[in-house]
Amino acid sequence: MAAPKKASKLKKPVQTEKPKHQKSLRSSNRVSALLRSHQLVAVDSLDRLFATAAASALTWTMIAIAIALPLFLFIVLQNLQQFGSNIDETTQISIYMELDSSDAELLAAQTALNSHPAISGSEIISQAQALEEFQALSGFGDALSGLNENPLPAVIVVTPNTDVIEQLRALVSELADLDNVDSVQYDLDWLQRLYGILNLAQRLIIMLGVLLAFGVALVVGNTVRLAIENRRDEIVVVKLVGGTDSFVARPFLYTGLWYGVGGGILATVLVLLAQFFMQGPVSQLADLYNGEFSLIRLSLNDIFNVILLGGFLGWFGAWLSVLRHLKAIEPR
Amino acid sequence: MIKFDAVSKRYPGGHEALSNISFHLEKADFAFLTGHSGAGKSTLLKLIMQMEKASSGQVFVNGQNLNRLSRRQLPYFRRNIGLVFQDHQLLFDRSVFENVALPLQIAGFDSRDAGRRVRAALDKVGLLKKENQNPIALSGGEQQRVGIARAVVNKPDLLLADEPTGNLDPLLSAEIMELFEEFNRVGVSVLIASHDLSLIAKLRHRILTLDHGRMIQGATEKIVSDS
Repeated sequence: MAAPKKASKLKKPVQTEKPKHQKSLRSSNRVSALLRSHQLVAVDSLDRLFATAAASALTWTMIAIAIALPLFLFIVLQNLQQFGSNIDETTQISIYMELDSSDAELLAAQTALNSHPAISGSEIISQAQALEEFQALSGFGDALSGLNENPLPAVIVVTPNTDVIEQLRALVSELADLDNVDSVQYDLDWLQRLYGILNLAQRLIIMLGVLLAFGVALVVGNTVRLAIENRRDEIVVVKLVGGTDSFVARPFLYTGLWYGVGGGILATVLVLLAQFFMQGPVSQLADLYNGEFSLIRLSLNDIFNVILLGGFLGWFGAWLSVLRHLKAIEPR
Repeated sequence: MIKFDAVSKRYPGGHEALSNISFHLEKADFAFLTGHSGAGKSTLLKLIMQMEKASSGQVFVNGQNLNRLSRRQLPYFRRNIGLVFQDHQLLFDRSVFENVALPLQIAGFDSRDAGRRVRAALDKVGLLKKENQNPIALSGGEQQRVGIARAVVNKPDLLLADEPTGNLDPLLSAEIMELFEEFNRVGVSVLIASHDLSLIAKLRHRILTLDHGRMIQGATEKIVSDS
């Protein structure tokens, strides 16, 4: 009984001047009033941040650094992972034959290898080819021509048709036991170590990112707490003239949002600057790897997401602060 | 409009600010609430505004039992009451206009509608020409009138004032009281806490007198005439 009676009273202040037939417009009125309030408060809280530009810039920069650091590390990591995966695609097993193996033995070995279920292809690099290649690439050409004998063994390079580490390892040990095989080389361990390090780095960066994200939320929360203290009188008056909790909280939530969005924008600027700064050395490095290595950059989509994330963290920090400090301010 | 039914208020620590208060203020009534300082005037107003809760008894405002008012409903309830403070509680980071517009902004009025109402309220208190000034630049009497404009801009059914003339000289005080009487004439219920007995005596309205938390005068006259 009591509830509807109260509800009809609540409507009173808004309706006092409106003719009765407008009753059906009420809910749409309320929505547009809410939108209007959001718009006003959003602009007002941004104005306030710009009014204290120096202090706001400090907060923005702090947030930007906290976001930019893990972001930059993550981009570096992605680049290294790409680097690793390029190597993975060209992974081949090199079988070094004994020096006294004849051409016939080489061909026989290749035929046997080609019929192996785990091998999809093979290529013979004869002793002569190996020498030629080595002279061309190593720069020791003159020194080698002084040798009587070709010191380089013939090599059969096979491409395995699996990338499962355990199967590769079994294949490598199987190949090592074949006749005329001196040694088998596969950069499995090296690659595994690289992946291990990259996985570890990824975990560390994620941990760092989560910690710094909390840091951003706390920095914003603390800044918003000070803003709440500064506007204590206003909050009391607003509550006395009928401001709801969400009306009172709104300017502070927007303040947090703008801190976060500003920090996010600044963070992407910092990362883009860092990319620009690294451009020269990276392209030199890429040349050394025959251009297989192309730099992964911050995409437009990433920039958008970073700013969104910043905004969320700022809003969240402000929300924590509002939750803690705003309820305590009541008219007395 | 306001009905107290055996209301007591005890603060933590045991001090009883109000004990067993009962009275009834009808719609469109005008009453003064008086008594020595510490008699419980402010506490009584705070109970009406729900800044404090009664320890026992029931307070009704506009037929609504305030004991049953939830925290969620509280802001909407307060929008029906205009409150005037002794120290006017204006915000000095904004203009006179924006101060008066605050309750309308909270209630969600669109700016055109709000502007019209704010100017009407400022006109009524004679400060229309000062709408763009900062309230800090106004005199004490003008600041109090801005406070009154803010209290009435939302057209509340009830106007409460806590020592509204406490800081003003007699001439300004009389002007302020005249304003309250004008609002009362158009149907607004008015309850003014004041210890300015000479001013109150001139105005011939109902007087509720508190003494050490008890109502010693004015409590029964309306209730008797009702029943």
